[in-house]
Amino acid sequence: MKKKTAYLGVMLALALICSYVEVLIPFSIGIPGIKLGLANIVIVFALYSLGTKEAYILSIARVLISGFMFGNVMAIAYSFAGGMLSLTVMYLLKKTDLLCPLSISIAGGIAHNIGQIIIATFLVSNYYVLYYVPVLMVAGFITGTLIGIVAQEVFLRVGHLLRVR
Amino acid sequence: MKKRFGKNDVIFISFLILFCVGVCVAVYKGGAVEGSNISITIDGAEYGTYSLLEEQIITIEQEGHINIIEIKDGEAFMKEASCPDQLCVDQNEISFDKESIICLPNKVVITVTSDMESDLDGIVR
Repeated sequence: MKKKTAYLGVMLALALICSYVEVLIPFSIGIPGIKLGLANIVIVFALYSLGTKEAYILSIARVLISGFMFGNVMAIAYSFAGGMLSLTVMYLLKKTDLLCPLSISIAGGIAHNIGQIIIATFLVSNYYVLYYVPVLMVAGFITGTLIGIVAQEVFLRVGHLLRVR
Repeated sequence: MKKRFGKNDVIFISFLILFCVGVCVAVYKGGAVEGSNISITIDGAEYGTYSLLEEQIITIEQEGHINIIEIKDGEAFMKEASCPDQLCVDQNEISFDKESIICLPNKVVITVTSDMESDLDGIVR
């Protein structure tokens, strides 16, 4: 358990560094609200190497801390909804044991943006949000793919070192 | 645990792609909000609002410039215009909320408006 706590701390630090790097290098393609979500590499990796509960703890802690450091309350609300929905989808898909981390990450990326749209419809209460759904879904697909490739390769290479179960 | 890309993944990802495409089509084709009126402005000034449900022909005359707008089957289009480039006449018919036809030389702008307008224009953070 001690070992796990230490790993959680390390991974949280990593996730925060990823968030920070992302603030420094804006991955901007001209569409507001779309970013790479580098920190999700750590979350996906943790889901596989540490376990579900740990991934949730990590995700919540990351959203709160990075929200307070780099964002605002709105950013926290959006990230929280996206993060939780995406993690839940990834956990359920992982439980089926049929898919590789890459596919699960893609689903997670899409779920992440769907979660944000759900929050956005509540906050903005404007049906124009609807027009944004396809854009965000495609973006989630692309970022999910990139995150998935990295997380899967990292896990396959160093995941066994972190096996604490 | 599965570690590498396999048959299941191909099926799953194809399904996801289909899902995305489906949503795109649904939102941009079916889900688009039909407007109910067109509003016409000339040089920024409000000229008038006309219902898309009524079939009508609107003739706008101003200082020798003529624009004839026709509303038919719930869609509006520029039937004739006196402008030299005729770009407005070539534009497709409009019917969805926020679509517009602009005749730049005559400064005529037709925009579809909807009754379902939200009371919020945007959100400032």
